[in-house]
Amino acid sequence: MTQILKPVRKALGGIHPAYHKELARDSAVRELTVPKSLRVSMAQHLGAPAKANVKKGDAVLRGQKIGDAAGFISSPVHAPTSGKVADVAEDITAAGTRAQAVVIEPDGQDQWSPSLPPAMKWEEADSAALITRVAESGIAGMGGAGFPTHVKLSPPKGKTIDTLIINGAECEPFLTADFRLMVEQAGRVWTGCRIIRKILNARTLRVAIEDNKPEAIAAMEKAMGNTEGDTAIVVLPTSYPQGAEKQQIFAITGREVPSGGLPMDVSAVVENVGTAAAICDAVVHGYPLVERVTTVTGKPVVQPGNIRARLGTSFADLVAACGGTRGVVAKVIAGGPMMGLAQFGMEVCTTKTTSGLLLVPPSDVSVFESSPCISCGRCVDACPMRLMPCDLSQMLEAEDYLGAEAMNVLDCIECGCCAYCCPAHRPLVQHMRSGKSRAMLRRKQQQAEKKA
Amino acid sequence: MTDTPASAVPAKEPLVVVSSSPHAHSGASIRRIMLDVILALTPAMVAACWFFRWNAVRLTVACVISCVVAEFVARKSMKRDATVRDLSAVVTGILLAFNLPPALPTWMAVVGSVFAIVVAKQLFGGIGYNPFNPALMGRVLLLVSFPVHMTTWSTWNIPSPAAGVDAVTTATPLGLLKTTLDSTGSIPFAFDGATAWQFLLGARNGCIGEVSGLALLIGGIYLLTRRCIYWQVPVMFIATVGVFATVLQLVDPAHNVSPCFHILSGGVMLGAWFMATDMVTSPVTKSGMAIFGIGCGILTVLIRKWGGYPEGVSFAILIMNSITPLINKATRPRVFGHAIEARK
Repeated sequence: MTQILKPVRKALGGIHPAYHKELARDSAVRELTVPKSLRVSMAQHLGAPAKANVKKGDAVLRGQKIGDAAGFISSPVHAPTSGKVADVAEDITAAGTRAQAVVIEPDGQDQWSPSLPPAMKWEEADSAALITRVAESGIAGMGGAGFPTHVKLSPPKGKTIDTLIINGAECEPFLTADFRLMVEQAGRVWTGCRIIRKILNARTLRVAIEDNKPEAIAAMEKAMGNTEGDTAIVVLPTSYPQGAEKQQIFAITGREVPSGGLPMDVSAVVENVGTAAAICDAVVHGYPLVERVTTVTGKPVVQPGNIRARLGTSFADLVAACGGTRGVVAKVIAGGPMMGLAQFGMEVCTTKTTSGLLLVPPSDVSVFESSPCISCGRCVDACPMRLMPCDLSQMLEAEDYLGAEAMNVLDCIECGCCAYCCPAHRPLVQHMRSGKSRAMLRRKQQQAEKKA
Repeated sequence: MTDTPASAVPAKEPLVVVSSSPHAHSGASIRRIMLDVILALTPAMVAACWFFRWNAVRLTVACVISCVVAEFVARKSMKRDATVRDLSAVVTGILLAFNLPPALPTWMAVVGSVFAIVVAKQLFGGIGYNPFNPALMGRVLLLVSFPVHMTTWSTWNIPSPAAGVDAVTTATPLGLLKTTLDSTGSIPFAFDGATAWQFLLGARNGCIGEVSGLALLIGGIYLLTRRCIYWQVPVMFIATVGVFATVLQLVDPAHNVSPCFHILSGGVMLGAWFMATDMVTSPVTKSGMAIFGIGCGILTVLIRKWGGYPEGVSFAILIMNSITPLINKATRPRVFGHAIEARK
């Protein structure tokens, strides 16, 4: 039987927000029919955006590469369906930036490209071939960050990975896409886990799930069956941000990722369950990443649920697939309420990192006036990085950017726990973001000066 | 109608709110915290009314009204936004009243309140910026300005060592202890279990809000369950007083009273649960809070034992207030991932 373990370390800080997962957790994943138009962004991952290799008028087939990776830290983009390229134009991203997008008019045939890579026998393949397949399939971290997966899977020489963590914590309130994926497609996730383990040659494999998802734990346990080697499910106590990479590594291995470092600096790699499933598809079937499961939820959504949508589906189409809205929508959030990005409207399109779409009614959107810090210490208690948000925020308000940098503002992971619990409604994490960008800018300038 | 270019006309779609995450909030507010403190002070208020009747009502009402009015006028005259709604002035008023002897003239209470709000709080910038606890600043101002009125108490039956004969005093237990020890070198009363119970319930001389340790404890536990305070400050404060007093009694039992007496007399319970825990003037880290509590406890016993005043809680807390920024700096936690080496 699969081993079930407890975390070795208690989570640092963190909060217990209202989760509201009941809105969508019992709704099985539904396939969304291909909408009338798809706008496929070339910037679906961290790093350099892909370069479109098709032009207006071209015919494309499902799975055909339409954007080439621009460098090592980049990912290619594939056509989510067959059809005609209506336009290659600049489009707005969920982050509010602008990037090139390929607009596809589906032809309704949904025909796979004949030039898809062949299925692989992953047990017999070597690491390099598997990594190439992951890179060619355009897989990027599907938990929300979108870091190109092949980069994570290629640790530089001298770094060994002994622990692979598959992140099924899904600690963001409202979101249930990963949960549904584990419940319904545990086999795919588990195959993906084993492929990643093979690539990294990791001795230890841990599947991390929060204890508010017993069905997911049971499903994964069943899929994993009699496991080999040091393999286990770790049941994490439910708290936010339990799914944050550094916090999860700490809870499961007791290791602290050094400041400014990466998980590989403590011999660990964390991959999201959605990423694992995508890797399974890419390796076992040769399918590139052209769709994902996303949660469409919130009180204004008529039928909140989990949707398997083609990349490039607009948020408006996602909401329409869930019965549309009732009442006024006051806020549109790509992602969850803690770290999601507020949108200007519904015209932005689904990408590899769209873990959910949350609509908020006016009653849940309140405008606060912040008041001076009363030094209650709640933010210090809640910070999973053990920073002092209260002090940092006051320094940043006084524009003491150097002071804030010396107080390690760059270590902030922007989880938002501090702002969530602040009784004075201070924009703590927002101050930290501004402090971080100032510090980054200063470092860049320093580097440029050194070069000059 | 002004001439508006078509491009400037907003779209017909309803507008959405766009802001930086998080998009959720715990619902905590300063007003809610202050409301909790007021609720937590209710048992002590009831005890005060029981023991001091009209005087408790008179002083509390006078302090609360003058604090709120002072806050309103001060903010208005400094052209700052009104903060009366956050209820912090109400809390300051109640706490100041709780730190006053029952017979204090009303106008003196008003003077203390205005000083607490205007000088100790608003001149520093209002809530969040005051380095010292405003209520304690008000009390100490009154103590140094009107020493006679601030040390005039009601009558109280001293539990006598001679069986059956109770004496009547107008001093507080701590005051009586200090004067008797200074003049005769002996402890004036027996502090047995029955007296301890009497003290716990509040049948003793003292400021109106400090007498009932039990009522204050109930309020303190409420604040803990509401997560308005952390246990570190009150528990370490009271424990330190207890340990220090125990050591003194072990060394010289003839001239030192039991730790239980120290904890249940004077302002330790009120100070530990409601004054030292003032968020603004105490540290933000948990280890800092523990240090703060220990410091308050040590200073309290030091002043009581060797100082000029019989009671030292107010001064102990104010002295610790002054080093709160240093404690915060010294107890800054090690940031996650710092002082850690990367593995190969």
